[in-house]
Amino acid sequence: MPRLLTKLLESNRQRAGRPSPRSLVAWLWLLPALAFIAVFLIYPVVDTFRISFMNADSTAYIGIGNYVHVFTSRATQDALLNNVLWLSFFTLLAVGLGVVLAVLTGRVRYESLAKAAIFIPMAISFVAAGVIWKFVYAYSPEGFSQIGLINATGTSMGLPPVAWLVQQQIAYTGQVLPTPLHTNNFALILVGVWMWTGFAMVILSASLKGIPVEIIEAARVDGASEWQVFWRILLPMLSPTIAVVATTLIIQALKNFDIVWVMTAGNFNTDVVATLMYKQMFNFRHFGQAGALAVILLLAMIPVMLINVRRFRA
Amino acid sequence: MKRSILGMQLLAGILGVILIALLACAAPSTTPTPTAAPLGRVEVLGVWGGEELASFQAMVAPWEQQTGGTMAFTGTRDLIAILTTRIAAGNPPDIAILPNPGQMMELAKAGNLTPLSSFLDMNKINQEYSKGWVDLGTVDGKLYAIFVKASDKGTVWYNPKTFAANGWKVPTTWDQMIALSNQIVSEKKTPPAPWSVAVESGQASGWPATDWMAQIMLRKYGGDVYDQWVAHTIPWTDSRIKDVWQMFGTIALTQGYVPGGAIAALATNFQDGTYLPFQTPPKAAMCYLGDFTAGFIATQFPNLVAGQDYSFFPFPTIAAQYSAGVTGGADLVAAFKDNPTVRSFVQYLSTAGAQEIWVKRGGFTSVNKMVSLNAYPNVLTRDAAKQLTEATLFRFGAGDSMPAAVQTAWWQGVLAYLQNPSQLDAILSNIEAQAKTAYQ
Amino acid sequence: MSEAVEQPSPDSPGFRRALKKLASRLPLHTVIVIVVLLWMTPAFGLLISSFRPPSEIASTGWWTAFQTPFKFTLDNYRTVLAQNRMGQSFLNSLIISVPSTVIPILVAGFAAFAFAWMKFPGRDFLFIFVVALLVVPIQMTLIPVLRLLADVRLVGTFPGIWLAHTAYGLPFAIFLLRNFFAALPRELLESAYLDGASNLRIFFRLIFPLSVPAIASLTIFQFLWVWNDLLVALVYLQDPSKSPMTVTINNLVSSFGTQWQLLTAAAFISMMLPLALFFALQRYFVEGITAGAIKG
Repeated sequence: MPRLLTKLLESNRQRAGRPSPRSLVAWLWLLPALAFIAVFLIYPVVDTFRISFMNADSTAYIGIGNYVHVFTSRATQDALLNNVLWLSFFTLLAVGLGVVLAVLTGRVRYESLAKAAIFIPMAISFVAAGVIWKFVYAYSPEGFSQIGLINATGTSMGLPPVAWLVQQQIAYTGQVLPTPLHTNNFALILVGVWMWTGFAMVILSASLKGIPVEIIEAARVDGASEWQVFWRILLPMLSPTIAVVATTLIIQALKNFDIVWVMTAGNFNTDVVATLMYKQMFNFRHFGQAGALAVILLLAMIPVMLINVRRFRA
Repeated sequence: MKRSILGMQLLAGILGVILIALLACAAPSTTPTPTAAPLGRVEVLGVWGGEELASFQAMVAPWEQQTGGTMAFTGTRDLIAILTTRIAAGNPPDIAILPNPGQMMELAKAGNLTPLSSFLDMNKINQEYSKGWVDLGTVDGKLYAIFVKASDKGTVWYNPKTFAANGWKVPTTWDQMIALSNQIVSEKKTPPAPWSVAVESGQASGWPATDWMAQIMLRKYGGDVYDQWVAHTIPWTDSRIKDVWQMFGTIALTQGYVPGGAIAALATNFQDGTYLPFQTPPKAAMCYLGDFTAGFIATQFPNLVAGQDYSFFPFPTIAAQYSAGVTGGADLVAAFKDNPTVRSFVQYLSTAGAQEIWVKRGGFTSVNKMVSLNAYPNVLTRDAAKQLTEATLFRFGAGDSMPAAVQTAWWQGVLAYLQNPSQLDAILSNIEAQAKTAYQ
Repeated sequence: MSEAVEQPSPDSPGFRRALKKLASRLPLHTVIVIVVLLWMTPAFGLLISSFRPPSEIASTGWWTAFQTPFKFTLDNYRTVLAQNRMGQSFLNSLIISVPSTVIPILVAGFAAFAFAWMKFPGRDFLFIFVVALLVVPIQMTLIPVLRLLADVRLVGTFPGIWLAHTAYGLPFAIFLLRNFFAALPRELLESAYLDGASNLRIFFRLIFPLSVPAIASLTIFQFLWVWNDLLVALVYLQDPSKSPMTVTINNLVSSFGTQWQLLTAAAFISMMLPLALFFALQRYFVEGITAGAIKG
């Protein structure tokens, strides 16, 4: 390392090297990854695409019938709306909290402990998370002793108990908002945020460490307040990583299956596209419709990826 | 310096991986290949876990000893997903323990199952199992499944001590039961509510209500209408079916019957719901659920005595001529492959001797007529078994006998009905639409 | 921290300055502590519940466990640990998870290097395509892959599941690593090339060490994901003697389901190793990267 750096310091910076080898070498480096992906991911995707144009047990082609059915079915429309809710709230909360926590924890000496505490939910399996949150959301009828944390707190303050995973009207007010703004959807999203904020925070924290300390110190010396340092320096420098994290979380929100499945199995209008697809595939054994739903999910990703491409180029 | 430490760690990591890989490949398989015994390994896929699995393994142990074969059990609650995947990929298990004949029929018709009648001693089977059970496992004239681990679903659970203390009498007819319910509501004693209804059960939420409806249907309209309903020769929009739903609605939705109302029914897990009559103080008077409820109560309240602190009364009579109607459920054994090990295994499972092992452990009702009633561990299990085996009018649970798509639509319909009872007609039309496509 | 050491008397300016510093930092500490407490409360509830008998769990909230009479029990843990083959399952989980973490990182590393630093036609398109595969739901791949694995007789074997987990983990790994690699200073690589270093050398001696935080993060995520996986193991592994802890724990609970007391204890037991791993890799997050390198 010292040898390289000496050369770096000595050499004429403007004399650019030529780091690009021939394409063939590049493909060699890519080969293992591409082989895995081709077999385990691409082949099933192509197969799924093909199946989506076939009937229930994949014995005959029926054109776009599945897509028509899926788009016109109320269940799918509701599920898509639920996914949109996940897309927006889940991502916003998880990324936002992740950024804030990454910055805050970076400033205290017990950083590792604090980060570990927030990261713990990621270490938990979805089944375990379901068990944990059952004890938070548990509902017992009015007058019974509450074993759920939220309802116990609520009833001790005189509020009625709420069936968080069942109820669709807004809690405590009884107001009915249009799909997907239901109490139980928000309850599930909260679980998702609890699990994934640690993920965002860890990645953002790693990126934060890469920001040269001098820049921050210089700004402070220049009289910038902490708030300004955060908005004018840290956020912009973190924005590529934020994009990475946000993209991953959006994909997670679209693909989201386990949390919903473990907690409500999609009942009470909490279905998302992934749970619908699962039910079509395994409960109804309609491979054609399951395939159509999967393809729709894949297509929904394209805008997200396109936006990201712009960022990479910029 | 950091670089070389990292380099060493990387090397160590890679060596570790190689070591583990070698260990894994070199590790002898834990199932020793039988040398002299001709029987190999049978792979069973089922939903059982915990205590049930332990009991099943105890049941199978003598077979393993006698024949030298080994059983490998894979248990999962996502049975249907795993099974569908493996069948579609050409990789089915040897044996599957299915929770309902509806699924079994679909598989048999698709040609995935091996007919058991080709190797079982059918004379013995017909002697040991009543015709109803044999017919249930028969598709197109061949036997594809034998029934083990049945459950009697004609049981309404209650707390005898509470009833005695409050001067309540066990009802024998539906009208008496409704009258009792009204009495309980107006008296406001402890318990203040007559019924515990709880339908939450993950992806199967709603099934306890379907048990209610099946039992009501059988007792009110009899076996023939029941069969027409299950076979979909009468539509779901039929007035009799609507009547059955509404009768269930009387129990679940009448103000004051269920503590917490419909929301509580939807949000409470079916197992937790059975605890209500037996808590201190009790929160409800009665709970309708199959005979497996005894196990839940015994685990939750280990100090209670079966028969004294908790007991069941038979589902009340609705129409006098159908007073003997009992619905039930059972797990069935179906085979996907045909080889000596599988044959021996299935043969063994069908015998009374094998089933008695589990019967004695509790939590298992056998429909093999050769199993003595004295093998049952307590008065409750014995009575439930008696009710099941002596039933003159017996039907398998309706939901389990229908195609999976219709059963799922029924469950969803229940959830919708409990939230919006006024939508009943729309709900029934919806299920009917599902049924039309599913029954082809 | 560059303040002169003064005698700590209440009137001295040093003490006041220290107090002021604490006061200005108080909001920071408060916020962090509150957030951490909120975050840990649900899991804390789980921990407490795992020490309670089933009759208590279903009837009272876990916070009441701190009132007399205390009804704690170790039975739940005893039952879970005594479960048939729990030790073997732990080993199986390791056997499954370690290669399934190391292999994808290596494979993804190679690919990410190519995507970040080599020019070839269609590079951006291919990258987007690979990352877009992130969205493929695993359920869709189960049947075709199982069929494939069955054809090459890899069903029920460890290598089969290593391959599957590697492939499933690649899109995210490539995504993450490529972005970190691309953020490395160009000059470093250029001068290395000028020095005549081969690609391989640059990769292992330069890129890898500089990306330690990213690789550490990736290691944790991939390991966790594989460790906690249930579905892939159930479908591709199929052999009860090879089942990981998730499958064995799944079998703890009867088909009727809700034995919370066992699930709580089991959840905690299975969390131990991933948490230990997280703490072990913690320090790689704390060290700076480029700053340290440039300073030499």
